[in-house]
Order: sequence, then structure tokens, then C-alpha cells
Amino acid sequence: MQRKKECVAMLLAGGQGSRLYALTNNIAKPAVAFGGKYRIIDFPLSNCINSGIDTVGVLTQYEPLELNEYIGNGQPWDLDRSFGGVHILSPYQAKKKSSWFEGTANAIYQNLAFMQKYNPEYVLILSGDHIYKMDYSAMLKAHKATGADCTIAAIEVPLKEASRFGILNTNEDGSIYQFEEKPKQPKSNLASMGIYIFTASKLFKYLIDDEANPNSSKDFGKDVLPAMLNAGEKMFSYRFSGYWKDVGTISSLWESNMDLLGDEPAFDVGDSDWKIHSRNPLAPPEYLGEKAVVNNSLISLGCEIDGTVKHSVLSSNVVVEEGAEVIDSVLMAGCVVKKGAKVVYSIVDENTVIEEGAVVGEEKEKNAGIAVLGRNITIGAGAKVAGGQILDKDYKGE
Amino acid sequence: MANAVGVIFSNVHDENIPELSRHRTMASIPYGGRYRLIDFTLSNFVNSGITTVGIVTKFNYQSLMDHLGSGKDWDLARKDGGIILLPPYSDETDAPYTNRLEALKGITGFLNHRNEEYVVISDCDGIARVDIADIMRYHEEKGADITMVYHEEDLPTDSNYFMTLTPDEEGRIKGIKINPRSKSKQKSKVYVNIMVLNREFLINIIQDAVTRGLTSFGKDILTKNVDTLKIYGYPFGGYYAGIESLQTYYAHSMELLDKKVRDELFGARDIYTKVRDSAPSKYSDDAIVKNSLISDGCVIEGTVENCILFRGVKIGKGSVVKNSIIMQDSVVGSGVQLDSVITDKNVVIRDRRHLAGCAELPYFIAKGRMV
Repeated sequence: MQRKKECVAMLLAGGQGSRLYALTNNIAKPAVAFGGKYRIIDFPLSNCINSGIDTVGVLTQYEPLELNEYIGNGQPWDLDRSFGGVHILSPYQAKKKSSWFEGTANAIYQNLAFMQKYNPEYVLILSGDHIYKMDYSAMLKAHKATGADCTIAAIEVPLKEASRFGILNTNEDGSIYQFEEKPKQPKSNLASMGIYIFTASKLFKYLIDDEANPNSSKDFGKDVLPAMLNAGEKMFSYRFSGYWKDVGTISSLWESNMDLLGDEPAFDVGDSDWKIHSRNPLAPPEYLGEKAVVNNSLISLGCEIDGTVKHSVLSSNVVVEEGAEVIDSVLMAGCVVKKGAKVVYSIVDENTVIEEGAVVGEEKEKNAGIAVLGRNITIGAGAKVAGGQILDKDYKGE
Repeated sequence: MANAVGVIFSNVHDENIPELSRHRTMASIPYGGRYRLIDFTLSNFVNSGITTVGIVTKFNYQSLMDHLGSGKDWDLARKDGGIILLPPYSDETDAPYTNRLEALKGITGFLNHRNEEYVVISDCDGIARVDIADIMRYHEEKGADITMVYHEEDLPTDSNYFMTLTPDEEGRIKGIKINPRSKSKQKSKVYVNIMVLNREFLINIIQDAVTRGLTSFGKDILTKNVDTLKIYGYPFGGYYAGIESLQTYYAHSMELLDKKVRDELFGARDIYTKVRDSAPSKYSDDAIVKNSLISDGCVIEGTVENCILFRGVKIGKGSVVKNSIIMQDSVVGSGVQLDSVITDKNVVIRDRRHLAGCAELPYFIAKGRMV
């Protein structure tokens, strides 16, 4: 008997995330830290396991080292399986040719053999750029109920922003009659979330056809989905109404972190019914000292806080010394804010040190933008980093 | 990798702290916000390269099994070795063992099947960062039969079973006393319940003791053979917290608020524990937290001073919690005042309750109680 998996997930994690600037100098976007103890990829991976999907191919290309190490054998997500589990799929050298992944469709095409090994009925395509909690099994149920060949998860976005997305124009029953990639004059505000369920046989057929088409840019949104629609395949939208945020830019990454705060946060990572799994830091509980003032913030294990932290998200092992202030900021693991230093409206990547009396960023109200510090750098004592500035090297000040 | 197999006694000393061991083993008593006592012992083993650890159990070991799982969180899910639970085993009677010798006899099968040269035996009543590899080097250097680890402290007053050692200048133990008492405070070399033995030597003395009908490892083997066996004492000079009672549990827990203690226990090496995937803890606009250790998954809306909060604790608005230890998933409502209180897991303190103990006698609330 051939063993099989009903549904295999393919997670596109190769993106460079160039709009995150210094944060993705050496790591792929899905490996960027988020929400104190998570990385962006924890969300789709947790959604998979929470939805009962235990076979996930993660397609990597750009700076995969840290991402590969983070995923490891998949154990933190319960994805260490003898049949199935999580697999890193990198571009490889083949007998006839070898190439980098060109476009999303080509990346999946190059891994046909991986999917076919599990003989799946359905394939779920995901991207590693979004923060959201979603039950893919409900979407799969809808896919089966409509008898669709392809189901596209969709969310309503403000009409003025609709031209940034792939827009689905649908009939009343949810079937799609037109697919427009980033239209200048959008007819609807129903945006594709980049989450697709395909009936596997159809997907394989269209991927092979697309690969053979010399005019194709080998992209799902631009090529494969329109080709299926033109050929009259059954395509349905699946409406999603929860929190969903693309964290591909500095400002959206900052906003999404801040969405975790407040008494009734826009996005709750503490929900025990839909746990977000991650590779946990090995650190003792955080310690707040006699002089600590911490309000409206998320603090992770291993932090040592003697200063003031307001409206901020701190990853593990961050140190905020006495008299230091951290306001409206995201500090990733191992950062140190020394005595009297101030970090305002900033994102600071791992293990960066802000020396005594230095000032990073400017108040949000000043509209100078978010200051960004890359990893492993030092901001010298008394140095001043202006709002909106992006630094990836040591900085001693003027 | 170390040439030793670890053996942990999970139930010995349960009687020290009946409040917390009522539903669990000494080994699985929660400690330090996100740990169980056994985590410190296991981490010492793992950090010294010991990857085979037999855990001797007797009663109430459900919580321990739940905590340990496959052992993967300690990197001890192994094909060869890893964590091996050793429940009571007897081919003669139905009753579980009543002393350490019987317990050791019950695990001779396990010991026989290993091929490491040494056995490191440890209880779970002490919190310390012990370099087991260094103790083994000492054991080899001395050519000892048994190496017992001790530290200097005032004679314990709460503990109902302990040993003091009298080493000579070379470290060789010349005298072992069980439960010595003294009216005045007196510095003594107190055995910390960690010993190293050669595996085959251990198997031999167990068999010998069984054939001779001996019952006490301490009385019949150690104290009586001090002159004939090469027993050496290894002085441990680091921070050591022995849990002898609820009072010492409380006092030692509070020592974790001292950065020096934290740095020594958690600084240079990792202390492993079960992963729970809790979210980072959340502090509201009204939160005031001073001199406290807060674990993941907590939600704090009130005031917390000089406290240790375990994972998933909730402190409601307007509540003031001082000098207290609040264990996993306990919920403190709003307008509550707590001072010198220890709550076990899953305790609920309803709105506007005022409870207070004192440092000498912390007020204890049992697991799952609603107050």
C-alpha cells in the first residue's frame, strides 16, 4: 500500500524582503523576529499543525542559513515526523539542468517530486510574509464542498489600498470570474491573501504547462491563476475575516508588533486555543528591578529591566539599564540599552548595544519615521540616531 | 560525552515539604518561575555530557512523567540512553521499596545493562550549578570508591535526614554522621546528596548488602565502612539551596531575586525545562512591577513586588501582591492583597480577598483551590 497525505503544504520562504532593509541583510524575511519570542514563519507553521497539516515543504533561497537552523527538525511545531513533517527545500542541481527558483510557480514546480512522494489530493500554498491565525482545515473543507480546482483565501481591504493586491472579482456564490494582479482601477476590495488550495492533479498539470510556456514569468498571481481561469477551471474565493497583516515593510512590521498590545489587542498571541509554537529561548524568567517601570508592553524570558519600558515589545534577554527609556519600540533578542540611553519609535535587531546616554529615534508625532538598527552593532555613548534613519554598522555619533 | 550514567532519586525527601509533594514527587516541585527541581539536576548532568539518566520513582510520578515527556527538552530523547524512568520493581514482594538500598537493588538490571564506568547518583532536594565532570575528574584522580559532594553550612535544623562528613587533609572521609544535632549554630560539611561511584563497585555493594540483609545505604554501608572503603569528599563552593521545608523553599526562592544568585545559576550554562509555548508576558498600563521574576504567559494589571510569578499567572486590576510565590496558571482577581503567600498551581483568588503570611511562615494555598 502506498502511504499518502491528504494535503501537503508548500511554504514560499525564499523572499529577500528588501523593504525590511537592515533587518534582512543576512536572513530571509520569514526568519525575522516578531512579537517577542516568535519569528514570522512561526505563524504559517503553527497554523499548519493546528489545522492538522503535518507535511510542509519550506522553499528557501535567500540567506537560508538562519532559517534552516531555526526550523531544524521541526520539533518545536510538532513537525518532526517519520512520514511527513517539515522539510527545507532549497534549489538544487539536477542532471539536465540546475537553476535558482524563478518566480513562485517555478519554485513549486521544481519540487514536484517532493509533493508527489506524498501522493496528496490537495496542495496548500502559503507564503512566509504574514502574521495571522487561520484554520486551513476549514478552507480545505470549503474547497471540497464547492468542488473547486483552486480556492483562494481572500480578505476585504480598504478600496483605496486595493491596487496593492491581487484582487478577486467574484460571483455571489464566491466563484471567481476575474483575477486582477494589482489593478489600477480595482472593481472590488476582495484581496488575495496568497494562500491557495489546489486539487493536486490540477496544480501539477498547470505547473508543467506553465513551465513549458516561454512567455510566462512563472508566478502564481500573474501566470498560473489566470491560465486556470481562462481554461475554465473552477476557482473559488474563501473569505477570511480575522487579523491578517503583511509585515513586508518596516512600518507594517512595527504596527503589527504594536497590534499585540493593549487590553484587547488587535491580535492575541496568548490565545491558548490556537497556540503559536516557536523555538523557545532557554532563559530564566524576566527580572524587573526596583526602579523598573513597565507599562503596556510585552516582555520575554531572560530580560533584565531596571529602566522604563512603555508601549514596546521586547524579545528574550534584552537588558534595559537604570535610567534608560524604551518607548514605542521593538527590541529583538539580546539588545542592551545602557544607562540613560533612550530608544524611541525604533526597531532594533538582535544583540545590538546602545551605549550610555545615546538617543535612538524620534517621537512618532514628529513624523520622522521609524529608526532601524541592524544586528550586532554598537551605538556609541551619547550618539544620536535620527528618526527614520537605518543603520547596519557601528555608529559613534557625529 | 561523559563515561557515566546518571541516577536521580525523584521521591527521596518528599517528606521535607509535604505541602508541595502531596500530589507530586520532590523532583517535580515547581521552582524559580518556570522550572521543576529535577531541571537543575538534569541540566547539571546534560551540561556535563551525561546523556543516560535513570530516574527512580516511587509514588505520585504522574506529574513527573508529564514534565519529562520523551526527554527532548533536555536533549535526552536518545536512541542509546536518554531518560529512562525506573518505577518500583521487585521480584520478591508486591510492596515498593522502602529504602535507598532496595531502590538500588530494583535498578541493578538497568545498571547491569549499561557499560559506562561510573554512576552519578543525585537527589532532587538541592538547587545548584554543579560541574559533574569536575567531580568525576576528582573521583578518578583520588582513585576513590565513592565520592560524596558536600558544602559548608550551618547544621540543618529542618531536615529530617542528612549527613555530615569529616574529611582529612587529602579529602578522604574519616567520619560520617547521620542527623547530628547541635544547640548552637555550627558550620558543618553537609553532604548534598550527590555521589559518584564506579558502576561495577556499586553493583557489587548492592548485591553484598542484599545477601547480608542490610537495609540502609547511609547507616549500613557508608558509616560502617568509612575505614575500609575509599570514600572521598568533594567540596562544592558555589551557591547551594537545599530544600528542607516550606520555609527554606520560600527563603531560597526569594534569593533568586538577587542578581548574583541568578547569574550563577542561569548565567554561563543553560537550565533546561519543559517547553510550554506560552506567549511573552504582558504588562498593562496599570502594571507596577518591582524586584520580581515574571515568567512567560503572565498577564499583569496590578502591583507585584518581591515576587516570583510562574507561567500563565494573571494578576487583576488594583491587586497588590508582595513577597509571594504564585505558581503556574493561578489567577489573582482584582482588588486582592497578598503578602508572603505561596499558591500552588491553578489557584484562584477571588476579588477583594486579603491574605497574608510572614517570611517564617508563608501562607500556603494548595493546588487548584479557590479562595
